[in-house]
Parts: sequence; C-alpha cells; structure tokens
Amino acid sequence: MQAKAPPPIAMLAELTHRCPLSCPYCSNPVEMAKLDSELDTETWARVFQEAAALGVLQLHLSGGEPASRRDLVALVKSAREAGLYTNLITSAIGLSERRLNELDEAGLDHIQLSLQGTDAVMADKVGGYRGGFDRKMQTIEWIKHIGFPLTLNFVLHCHNAHQLPRALELAQEMGARRIEVATVQFHGWALKNRDALMPTREQAQQVTKLVTEARRDLKGQLVIDYVPADYHDDYPKRCMGGWGNTGLNVAPDGQVLPCHAAQSIPHLTFDRVQDKALADIWYNSSAFNAYRGTDWMADPCKSCERKTIDFGGCRCQAMAIVGDASATDPVCIKSPHHQALQDQANEHAAKADAPFVYRHSPGAATEPAE
Amino acid sequence: MLAQEIPLLPRGVRIHFDSVRDKWVLLAPERAVTLDQVGHAILAEVDGQRSFDQITAILSEKYNAPNDQIAEDSSGFLDALRARRFLDVI
Repeated sequence: MQAKAPPPIAMLAELTHRCPLSCPYCSNPVEMAKLDSELDTETWARVFQEAAALGVLQLHLSGGEPASRRDLVALVKSAREAGLYTNLITSAIGLSERRLNELDEAGLDHIQLSLQGTDAVMADKVGGYRGGFDRKMQTIEWIKHIGFPLTLNFVLHCHNAHQLPRALELAQEMGARRIEVATVQFHGWALKNRDALMPTREQAQQVTKLVTEARRDLKGQLVIDYVPADYHDDYPKRCMGGWGNTGLNVAPDGQVLPCHAAQSIPHLTFDRVQDKALADIWYNSSAFNAYRGTDWMADPCKSCERKTIDFGGCRCQAMAIVGDASATDPVCIKSPHHQALQDQANEHAAKADAPFVYRHSPGAATEPAE
Repeated sequence: MLAQEIPLLPRGVRIHFDSVRDKWVLLAPERAVTLDQVGHAILAEVDGQRSFDQITAILSEKYNAPNDQIAEDSSGFLDALRARRFLDVI
C-alpha cells in the first residue's frame, strides 16, 4: 500500500490544440483534440476552483495557442478568482495591445513567451508562420509597457543552438527576469523530427558550457532554467517531478493526464473533468496511480540510490524507445538500452538536413482570435 | 543587503496563504516557495517603503532578538530571493 500522494502544486491547462504556428517539436499529441470537443468557459472555471481546493498553486494556461480561445480574458479572470497564480504560455500570436490590457485588468500574473529563433529567418522557418517574429517583437513592447513579468522560452535544437548567446541578450533587452533554455524533448511531434532536430553531442556540450558561464555572469539579473539534451545524457530527467507527484495536465477535451505525453502509453485510460471531480482523479484514478511513487519499479530502478531523485526518468520515453512504459528510461546509463540510444542519437544528429515535419492544426475551422 | 537599501516584491511575486497545506508560500513566476515562520516574518515587513535597517529594527523589537543576529539572517534570506529575481531593491 502506497503512502497517500501529496496534493499537486501545478496544473497545465491546455485550453486548445489550435495554434497559428506549426513548430515541428510541438508537445501536443499527434492526434489532436478538435475544436468542437474543447471544454467551455464555465467548465474551465469549475476546474480552476477544484484545482485550487485540491492544492494547486500555479496554473499554466497553454495550448496550442491559448490566445486562440476567444474567452481567454474570462478564463484568466476565473482563474484569479479561484486564487491561482496565473501564467500564460504563448507565442504572442493573437495578443493585441487591447487584449493584453484586458488580461492585465483580469489579473494575469505572468507571461511565458516562446522564442523559435533570434531573427525572423530562423523563427519564421521553425514556426512555419511568416511574419511571426515581427509580431512577437511588437507584442513584447506592449508586454513591457504594461509591466507583465516575462519569461522567454527558447526551444533549442541543432538549427538554432548557435543563437543561444543572442537569445540571452534579447531576454535582457526585453526586460525578462527569466529565460528557459529548453533543448527539444522528443515527444509528440518532435518524435517525428528527430533527424531534423537532434543536436550533436558537441552542440549539447557547448550549450551546457554557455549556460554555465551565463548563469555565473548574469547572476541576479537573469535567471536561466536549463533543459539539457537528454538523449546525450547519462542520467534521465526527473520527469514531471515524479508521476502524479507535483503536477497534472488537463487536455482541451477534459481528459486529465499525468503529463502532456501520457496518451502515448496505450494501456492507460484517462478520466475526464466532465465525469469526475479533479481530486478523485488525482488521488484515485488508475492512470495517476500507474507509475506513482516507486512500487511499480523493477531493477535497475528498484535497487537504485537515485530512484527518488529521478523516479526512473520519463515513462513516455521508456514507452517510445523500449516499448515498455515501466522500463528504466533508456537515457539512464544503467539501462541495457543506453548505448543503443546514444548511437541512435548520433545517427539522428548526422541527418540535420532532413526536412521538418510540421505539426498541423486539428480539424474544424480555426476561429479568429478576436 | 545594505542598511539603506529598500527591498520590495516586484510585480508577479506575492505572499499567499496555502490553506490546503496550512503554510505561507511565496508565489513567483512558475515557482512556489514554502516560507517558514522566519521567512514569513521578514517578508511581512517588506513593503517597498522601509529600508533594510528599519526592517531589522522592527523585527528585533517584535521578536526581542539582537539586531545583529536578525540582520544576518534577514540579509541571507533576502539576498537569496534577490539572486532568483523574486526580490528587487531600490
């Protein structure tokens, strides 16, 4: 019998899978929720209340592009009324100056803005959206003027890794307090694009070196969160802070997931907020209990001194690479698949000229943002 | 932290009582930090008006503790928040 799980700290609310961009590393599932299956405003408001009562402190409004929801301002207002710290994760497309002012009035706490590249040529190619970079730069001026706290999220891969120094400068010019330097994680659409996106081992090492130096030089000015290239690593990431341990994810159609890629594990079934209370799903559902804690582990995880540090790594990665979601994450040096994954990573990295497979938007017509 | 410096919580950083866990927390961009009694007592005096030496004088009197000790503890705590951009100084 496991000890009772702690309450969750963070909830990722994927308001929609619709997005004007089509980044080839999108974390949305390849099978996306259609517009007509999206939760309505009232249901989200109830879910925010349930989340706060359950112990969630941090709400991340994400997508897709959350600004593609016409009711975004109302959603922010209801999240703040529930007492949640409310963060908008956006590409900036769909945010006009007027809408930003409305979000300010609604009480939005923070904005995390994605950066696909540090110039229009790179950013618009990666995002598959011409003019996107210029609109983003304009939006940042409005964000600065209003005074929203800002974090930049620079998603890094073999094509734009060399732009990291400029991304750090841009963050400071924009008045960002934080930047996330996130090497692409290979789930969702990124799994289809490993040839096109995989950094070389040398690139990954160079990025780690730059981040280490920048953290030292920019201490107290710019906080740098770093997600390294885990295929090249020797120990897996502490995925989600442990399965069902710190956070949960509500998909656009109301399914409650332990992480955004959990639907890639075929034997799991997911409860919906329309059918059950969020607390019941968090504590009692089979999906959240499947890999919670350490009881599910086999060796080498079971006897490993790191088992409560990284919880065996990422379940979805074990599924995708090894075909067994309860296996040790193959990134781990103790996994029998570790060497094969390292070789595979080098093979992907040697094919950087492979074309992007862009994500496409879910079916049903895209409604205009405003 | 210098005596005359005035600490303040910037926009997007606020103290929140977490009634589920029965604890005070500091909420910041994509972070939540649990505050112990000392941390909460210090931040409760941070109002963007009082200087650091005024804050430590208030705490020293309130908790009947030597000012030097209070200043040392508070400085370490506030400097750590400042390094994470959870605190500004004017």
